Amino acid sequence: MARVTQGCFSLLPDLTDEQITAQVKYSIASGYALSIEYTDDPHPRNCYWEMWGLPLFDVPDAATIMYELSECRKAHPGVYIKMSGFNNARGIESTSISFMVQRPAFEPGFYLVRQEGKGRNIIYTIQSYAVQSAGEGARY
Amino acid sequence: MNDESERTRIKTERYEAGVIPYKKMGYWDADYSIKESDVLCLFRITPQPGVDPIEAAAAVAGESSTATWTVVWTDLLTACDVYRAKAYFVEEVPNNAEEFFAFIAYECDLFEEGSIANLTASIIGNVFGFKAVKALRLEDMRLPYAYLKTFLGPAAGVIVERERIDVFGRPLLGATVKPKLGLSGKNYGRVVYEGLKGGLDFLKDDENINSQAFMRWRERFLYVMEGINKAAAKTGAVKGSYLNVTAATMEEMYERAEFAREIGSIIVMIDLVIGYTAIQSICYWGRKNDMIVHLHRAGHSTYTRQKTHGINFRVICKWMRMSGVDHIHAGTVVGKLEGDPNAVKGFYDTLLLPSLSEDRNLGLFFDMDWASLRKCLPVASGGIHCGQMHQLTHLLGEDVVLQFGGGTIGHPDGIQAGATANRVALESMVLAKNEGRDYLAQGPDILKEAAKTCRPLQTALDLWKAITFDYASTDTLDFEATPTSSAS
Repeated sequence: MARVTQGCFSLLPDLTDEQITAQVKYSIASGYALSIEYTDDPHPRNCYWEMWGLPLFDVPDAATIMYELSECRKAHPGVYIKMSGFNNARGIESTSISFMVQRPAFEPGFYLVRQEGKGRNIIYTIQSYAVQSAGEGARY
Repeated sequence: MNDESERTRIKTERYEAGVIPYKKMGYWDADYSIKESDVLCLFRITPQPGVDPIEAAAAVAGESSTATWTVVWTDLLTACDVYRAKAYFVEEVPNNAEEFFAFIAYECDLFEEGSIANLTASIIGNVFGFKAVKALRLEDMRLPYAYLKTFLGPAAGVIVERERIDVFGRPLLGATVKPKLGLSGKNYGRVVYEGLKGGLDFLKDDENINSQAFMRWRERFLYVMEGINKAAAKTGAVKGSYLNVTAATMEEMYERAEFAREIGSIIVMIDLVIGYTAIQSICYWGRKNDMIVHLHRAGHSTYTRQKTHGINFRVICKWMRMSGVDHIHAGTVVGKLEGDPNAVKGFYDTLLLPSLSEDRNLGLFFDMDWASLRKCLPVASGGIHCGQMHQLTHLLGEDVVLQFGGGTIGHPDGIQAGATANRVALESMVLAKNEGRDYLAQGPDILKEAAKTCRPLQTALDLWKAITFDYASTDTLDFEATPTSSAS
C-alpha cells in the first residue's frame, strides 16, 4: 500500500477537523479564497481535480468552509479531497496553500511502465492501479 | 610639430591636453538630478592614503564609464556630458574612517539591452584594479525599469515552478547527493531514489559533478531519471533532480541539456563559474524547452565575502534575476557557510519581492521596481539539519528550497529515513506556524511532538541536536542597530 504524498502536510498523520479548521482560519486571515477539489485519479500530473463549486471568495468564517467540506465528503466518500487557497495578490496570483483533507482508506498507488527506447533510453509512464481497475466513481 | 597643428591646439581649461582631476573632468556633480532611467551604483571606496574621497568617487565614475587617465579631444566629437557617469554623493561609512560610500549615476544608453556581460564590463570592468583606490566594492545597484524591461528574467521562478511541481504553502525540500565525487551512475541514482521516495521534492548534483572518469554524465542522467520516475510512482508526487550541465563549452552544455530534456527531466543546473553570457544562454534555452534552471553560486565567495573589495552578493542576486535563473543559492544563516541574518534577508528580498524599498538595515540602498520580472527562488544549502527547522522557517520564510545534503544522507537509518525526518520536521513547523503558535520559541517542542509519530525524526534530532555553526560573519552590514548572530 502506498501513500500519495501530494500537498503540504501529507507526511504528517491525517489532519483532524480541528487542525483543518486552523489552516482554514490562517488561509482566510491571509486573504486566500479556499477551494475544495476532489478526484479518484490522483496522478501526479493530474492538475485539474473536480471543483466542489467555485472557490469560496469573500467567506469570512471557517465554519462555512468546513460545512462545504463535510458536504463534499458526504457526496464523495473515500476519494481524495484537497483544500487549496488562491491568492490574488499582485506578483502571486496563484495557489498559496494546498493540502489533503480526505484520502481513501486503501491506496493501491501507482506503478511504473518502462518502454524501452533507443539505446539505453527508457520512456517512463506512471499508471494508477485504481484507475486501471475501474471507471470513474467506482475506484475506491 | 608644425605651426598649423600648434595653432589649432585646444586652449579651454577643460580640454587642454594634459592630466586634470576626474572631478574637474565632469565625473563629479553634487547637484546632479537623478533620472528615472539612470542606472545607479553604490560603491564602497577605500581611497589610497591622501586621496580625497570625492576625487576617488569621480575617478571610479570616470573609469567605469567614458574616462581615460588624461584629457582626450575626441570627447568633443560626442555628447560626452551625457555618457559621463556622475558621482553625485559621498558619505562616510559608519564607524570607519578609511571607507566611503559613493553614489554614481550612469546614463541608461551606456548599456546594451538585455546583456549582463555588457553591463558588468562597464560597472566592474577596469575600475577594480584602479591604483588610486586601495579597495573597491560594488555594494548595490538600482536598475531602472526601462532597462529591466529588456531582460526576460526567470521563465518559471517561484510561482510557475510551484504550479509545475504542485507544491504550495511550504518550502520545497531537497538534498545534494553525497559524496560529491566518486559514485558510479548506478549508485548515484540509488541516492536519488531513496531521497525522493522518503519525501524530498528534489535531489541535486553538486557544483563539481560534471562528467568525470568515475561517472560520465550520460550514465548519471539515465540512472537519475530511473530514480526520479520510480519515486514519483511510489509517492504519487512530481519529483525532480537538478542535472548539472556545466561543461567546458556551450556546445557541450547544450548537448547535455538537450539530453536531459529528451529523457524527461524537469530541471537542469549550471554553476556561476560558467560566466554571465553562458548563464543567459542556458536561461533562454530553458525558457524555450520548459526547463527550470538551477544556479549554484560556485565561486562567488572569492569576490563577495570580504567587506572592502569585490561585489556584494545582493548585486549578484540582481544580475541573476535579470539573467533568468529560476533558482539561486542565497544562504542559510544557520548552516556551515557565511551569512549574516539581515544581509541574507536582503538577498532573499532582492530575489523575491516585486519591488524593493531602501532599507539599510537589510543592506538595501535603493528603491527599485522589478518591472514584473518573475521571482527567483532562493536555495538554502550547506550544513543545515532538521533540528534547526524553526529557525530556518523564521529566517528564510516559505519561498525557499531547503537542501539538506549531509542532513539527509547522513541519517543513521538511511537516506529514506533522513528524507522523511526532514519532510516531517518541515510540515510540522509550517502547520504550527499557520496555527499561530510561537514556533520559534516552541520549535524544539514542536519537533519533539512530531517525532512521536515519526521515528526517523526522533533519531535525527538525537543525532544532530547539538550541531551549530555559530561563527561571526565576515560580510556584515554597516547600519545595524545591534550586531546580529545566527544563534536564536
